Amino acid sequence: MSDVTLLTLAETIEGLKEKKFSDKELNRAYRDKVKKLNSRLNAFLRTDEREVGVPVAIKDVIITEGIETTAGSKILEGFISPYQSTVVERLIQSGCNVLGKTNCDEFAMGSSGENSAYGATKNPWDLNKVPGGSSSGSAAAVSADLSVFALGSDTGGSIRQPASLCGVVGLKPTYGLVSRWGLIAFASSLDCVGPITKSVEDASLVLDWISGPDRKDSNCSRKYVHNSDQLTKGAKGLRVGVPREFFSEGLDREVRKVIENAISKLEELGARIVEIGLPHSKYALAAYYIIAPSEASSNLARYDGIRFGKGREFFGGEVKRRIMLGTFSLSHGYYEDYFAKAAKVRTLIKNDFDMAFRECDVIAGPVSPTVAWELGAKIDDPLSMYLSDTYTIPANLAGIPGLSVPCGFSNGLPVGLQILGKRFEEETVLRMGWAFEEATEWRKRKPELV
Amino acid sequence: MGKIAKLSRDDVEKVASMAQLPLRDKEKGGLVQQLSKIIDYFKEIQEVDTSGVEPTFNVSGVEQVVREDKAESVLSQSDVLGNASRKKNGFFVVDSLKKIF
Repeated sequence: MSDVTLLTLAETIEGLKEKKFSDKELNRAYRDKVKKLNSRLNAFLRTDEREVGVPVAIKDVIITEGIETTAGSKILEGFISPYQSTVVERLIQSGCNVLGKTNCDEFAMGSSGENSAYGATKNPWDLNKVPGGSSSGSAAAVSADLSVFALGSDTGGSIRQPASLCGVVGLKPTYGLVSRWGLIAFASSLDCVGPITKSVEDASLVLDWISGPDRKDSNCSRKYVHNSDQLTKGAKGLRVGVPREFFSEGLDREVRKVIENAISKLEELGARIVEIGLPHSKYALAAYYIIAPSEASSNLARYDGIRFGKGREFFGGEVKRRIMLGTFSLSHGYYEDYFAKAAKVRTLIKNDFDMAFRECDVIAGPVSPTVAWELGAKIDDPLSMYLSDTYTIPANLAGIPGLSVPCGFSNGLPVGLQILGKRFEEETVLRMGWAFEEATEWRKRKPELV
Repeated sequence: MGKIAKLSRDDVEKVASMAQLPLRDKEKGGLVQQLSKIIDYFKEIQEVDTSGVEPTFNVSGVEQVVREDKAESVLSQSDVLGNASRKKNGFFVVDSLKKIF
């Protein structure tokens, strides 16, 4: 039997249906691979022993009933949730099973995976490099074929950026499409749960499974339905907006070339390229690093060690930093100039997208200014770490969907193309992503892990 | 023109106390430096003209979702106490208020 762990989710489902392998064999193959490779990658924090269904890796900020959930923090060490998150419940009903919980930056705060209290995850393409964050373990697991697919969360880029750095597909859905019930809250107006997969088709399938209204998340209002005909429609007739602000200084020269080639490919496939402006996007980083920590300072107030977890002295450095930033920005005398001001800038950023989407159907550009960097290189300079989120943050502030799809390599490390769309227009985003993926086959290249 | 904050060690201690974050002395120095640098970067947004602009706190546009005022059973008492480090007779145990104040 050929290596079943190399199959996409769609191929796996077909294989199970046609009885090419059993789900026991499927699970055994993935579990063996995890046993063999996880000590080198530190992608999984723990695995579950059940061997039924399609194995999925769940980021450890998503609660799983009966299976420990730590959010990558010492505070929640040993925490076992008495209830199930909506997204995991829906995956189980769709025939999946939790293979294990993946490593992540503590409480989803980070862009490299290095803020985990359980050690950093390594990039499968180069074990000395970061996999990106905060869904570090999920991206590394899918990249190394340690799971059929994974779930991650994206508040400022935490699905798209590690997907880009690890050479896999990552989708941040529209805010309000996927229930956040069971997602350990970081910044409530920004948090999104989404799939990290081996292909764009897989992301579409998973999104269909996990999306849809949920009484337990008041913001969650609509459902996405997977439609093969729509997905494979092709790029012809679509207008692609290219924001000039995403191609200025700060973007690595080699990464820029790869992205520009990718955009040329979209044109070759029949899309029309249009230059657009997102004039307020340069303020997105500052607005985000006021709004997100402010919301986090409120959400993390529940960790008082009384009903669950340990005391607040067990928070890691980055988490403490963000709680401090948030508390400061909301405090008397500073609220107007920081939090309220950032919320107004957020409106301007959202308006920029509304204006831009009059000229185009999707927006394309880089996900990350660079490819994966050396472990330890940015850990002492928080601000330089924050700058790696420059291109992903605007979509979170505007609440729009964003896809990262593999589009090439620079110095042997993966580069992801970012495709953004209007709120609830995942169909168009995925259609463009599928057309590009189908025409290029970047996703078929795998890291060499022995 | 907005206020540009310059953080002192005193400010860090005040904010940490508001956030109930126990900080070691060693941590305080590092935080003054790191937070000052980050807050200094924020002054960029103060140059943006936001006159007449409404703030965005929720992009979903969803408001006032209500349900029938009917009691539903959710978690059992043992579920709720399941992860508590200190419990007694079906209660959470907390530090005496005399100790806190």
